[in-house]
Order: sequence, then structure tokens, then C-alpha cells
Amino acid sequence: MIEVSGLRKVYGSVVALDGVDLHVRQGEIFGVLGRSGAGKSTLLRCVNLLERPSGGSVVVGGRDLTALGERELRRARQGIGMIHQHFALLSSRTVAGNVAFPLEIMGMPRDRRAARVEELLELVGLAGKAGAYPAQLSGGQKQRVGIARALAGSPSVLLSDEATSALDPGTTQSILALLKRLNREFGLTILLITHEMDVIKAVCDSAAIMSDGRIEEAGPIPELLATPGSRLTEELFPLAPPEPGSVTITFTGAYSGRADEPVVSQVVRKFDVDVNILGGALEEVAGVSAGRLRVRLTGGESEAALGYLRDRGLLVEVAPR
Amino acid sequence: MTWSDMSPLLWEATGQTAQMVAWATLFTVLFGLPLGVALVGTDRSGLFPAPFARRILGLVVNIGRSLPFIVLMIAVIPVTRLITGTTIGTGAAAVPLTIGAVPFFARLVETALREVGRDVVQAAQAMGASRARIVARVLLPEALPGLIAALTVTIVTLISYSAMAGVIGGGGLGDLAVRYGYQRFETLLMIVTVVVLVVLVQAVQSLGDAVARRLTRR
Repeated sequence: MIEVSGLRKVYGSVVALDGVDLHVRQGEIFGVLGRSGAGKSTLLRCVNLLERPSGGSVVVGGRDLTALGERELRRARQGIGMIHQHFALLSSRTVAGNVAFPLEIMGMPRDRRAARVEELLELVGLAGKAGAYPAQLSGGQKQRVGIARALAGSPSVLLSDEATSALDPGTTQSILALLKRLNREFGLTILLITHEMDVIKAVCDSAAIMSDGRIEEAGPIPELLATPGSRLTEELFPLAPPEPGSVTITFTGAYSGRADEPVVSQVVRKFDVDVNILGGALEEVAGVSAGRLRVRLTGGESEAALGYLRDRGLLVEVAPR
Repeated sequence: MTWSDMSPLLWEATGQTAQMVAWATLFTVLFGLPLGVALVGTDRSGLFPAPFARRILGLVVNIGRSLPFIVLMIAVIPVTRLITGTTIGTGAAAVPLTIGAVPFFARLVETALREVGRDVVQAAQAMGASRARIVARVLLPEALPGLIAALTVTIVTLISYSAMAGVIGGGGLGDLAVRYGYQRFETLLMIVTVVVLVVLVQAVQSLGDAVARRLTRR
């Protein structure tokens, strides 16, 4: 749905994007994780050409945006929704007026606008707030207005620029739940950038990690979890640096459905080993139970035990002695 | 001098001041508002970046702002003659008043427009809004309370400038105060004129504040 290749953005002598490739599939929620200054905001703003890339191409829904003239680009942008960290609502307009704004831009006649605005406010759970001004709303309500506004033109793609970073944890969860619902119900493709790991955990199907203007790793989250040495796994399930000889077991997506299978006690019984648990973290990610467990195996048939775990679809890494 | 002597003089002078200020305000907004928009828009990060034009505009505005009004009024006499066909009278005085107030107002407009968040403008761009629409439907409405405040300050300044219009036969309250109060030692008339000016300025400021407050939704 979104195909970014070889994207470069240079400001004077500062390289903000250094050859970024990104592949976002139709109907997925794709999260780009990175610290501030990593270039993720520039990347997002290059996708709808708010920033003109210095090089590379941006294809959204099969159309190369970098090749469009100004008028065509404006029309193409009407099919790409965007929500913002600080909401970016017009303070001089009511909630309904804000949601109607993109409809005005699209040239929808006044009498049809009202009905569409009502429908959109209903969708985001703000049916009673049509006449309120943004200053009278809470942060979560403002972002709901932002979402309703972004959806006005029935876009196939939604870009989210740190949309929950200015919200408290509870509100963040409710906004993420709304995004997830829109994704599931309408097949809306969402590309979001965030510095919050929790956002990736809560809603994303795929993820990319960005630093210094480059993508370090990217792909569907279960695949990343199954990749040895993955930075995403490291960030999702932080563990202390491994002690020599310790074993790190990663429960990847491949283990889905059998996550509650008692592998550790099975290993103990079948291979006559002692298991000492050194650390661990387990969470629901991308709809599957995943996590890491750091253990030390002693005695018995340790090697066979590791092979058994690998056969179960777990990623097993042994730290060198 | 009795009250019945002063009253017609005061009424006439107040009328002349009002007339000069009204015409000058109209034309100041007509020219100053687009100039203010241009000052913001031609910025490197503006809606229609044009750094060279930006520098020229800035220079012109600064030249206009650095001339004392009394000097400017004399200096633009040829322009006044060109536009109004005469160089004396209330109508003629509106020309230098406008020329003096446009750069001042344009700077205030610039400041008010810069208060509008960059993210709001970018959100409109992301929705596919044209630049003209962003100016008309985002920048100006969002900055409206600030623009009203700018207009208020400009009108007050025009009232003060208009006091110098006596020099070119524009009449008005300032002229009255100079001719009677200063040259004929009519202290009472002087005091009454001052009071009228103070009341006028106070009324404009209060009205402007009230309108700006009503329009503020933040």
C-alpha cells in the first residue's frame, strides 16, 4: 500500500533520511519506532510529501507521489488521512467545523457535509460534541476529532505522527483501541511513528526500528521476534546482558496457540536437567503471546533439551562460555 | 470662550478627525493585510517561499516605519497630489495617514499570523488544501483575535497621527488644539480637546478589546 524506496532527505549538511526503504502492506498497522531525532517524523512527512524528499520514491496506493504536479498532489493527499501529536485542530472552529474542513476542501456540497460530519463524529464516539470548541475538550477528545477529520475523505491510508504521545496512558489505550477498530472494520492501512514501545505492542502488525536516518530492521513482528539478535526483541523484552553459558529462549509468534504449554517442566522431566530461571518477560504482542526467558541448564542431556526447544518453534540462543 | 463658541468648533474638528481616520483605516487594511500575509508567506518556511522578495518587502516596510510621520507627510506630497488632485484638506490628509500606517499595520499582521501554529497549517496542507484556501480559511480566521487587536492599535495610532494633519490643512482635533489652545491661549478649549481625544482613544480600545475577546476560542 505504501512503498518507499531509497528515500533520502538532506537539510543543508544534515542527513535526516539516509536511504530508507519501507514496505507497508494493505490493511496492516505498521509502526516505526525510534528516538527523537532518528528521522521518523521526517519519514512520515515524506510519505504525503509535506517534506519534499531529496531522493528516492514514495508510492502510495500504486501512485508515485514524487512525480505528481501540485494540483494532482493536493488531490492525492485528500486520500491520505493524517493525525498529529498536538492534534492541529482549528481553534476558531467547532468540532463539527473542524471535521467539515476536509470535506470543504474536497468540494462536497454543504447539505451533504452535515450528514457526513454527524456520521464521523458518531464513529469516533463524539456524537454530542459537535458544537463544542477544541479548547473545551480533553486531549483524548481532541485526538478523536483529529481522527474523525482524517477519516472524512474515506482515505485508504492513515498516517499517525506520534498521535498518542501527548496523552496519558489510559487515554492512549482508548485512542489505540479506536485505531485498531478502524483498521479491522474498514481495512484502513495505518502507518504510525512513535517512541513508545507500548504503542507497538498494543496495535502493530509490523514494525521498523529507525536510528540515524536509517531503518535498522523491519518486517512483521513475529518474523522479527524469530530473528536472532533482533533489536525489536531486545526493546520489547529487555533482559540484562547474558551471563556466559546462559540460554535465552524467545517465544516467537510461531509458538502461537501453544503459549501456555509448560515447556520448561517438560524439558526438566524429559532430559533430566536442572533449570535455573535468571530473568524473563512475557507479553501479548501483535495478537500473540510472546516473550523471552533467560535460563541456565545444568546436568542431564542439556544439548538434547535445547534441540527439543528449537523443535517447538522457539528461538534458542546460548551465550558463549 | 464660552461653551456655545466651542461646541461647533469641537464638533467640526471631531468630524474631520473621524473622517480622516475612517478613510485611512479602510485603505490601511486594504493594503496592509495583504502585505502582512506576504511578509509571512514569503518566508523561507512560508506558504510561498521567496527569500529575495521577502527581503525587499521587509526593507520597504522598515523604511516606511523609520520615518517620523510629520516628515513622511511632507515627503509624500507629490503622491498625495497624484491620488487626490490636491495637497490640502481632510481627503488629502488621508493619503499620508494611510502610507504611514500600512507598514505599521503590516508588521502587526505579520506578528498575529505567526501566532498561528505551524502544525495547523501543515494539517491543512496534508488535507490537500490550496495555499489560497489556507490563507483564507486557516491563517486569517485562526489569527482573527490578534488581527482585531492589531487593527485597534492601528486606529489609535492613526488618531494620534491625524493630529499632525493640521500641517497640511487636514483639520481635526489636533489642529484645533494647536490653533486655539496654543496660538490663541484658549486653555479651556485645549483641555476639552484633550479630553475628547482621550475619550475617543479609550472608546476605540475598549471596543477592539471586547471584539477580540468575543472571538477568542482558545
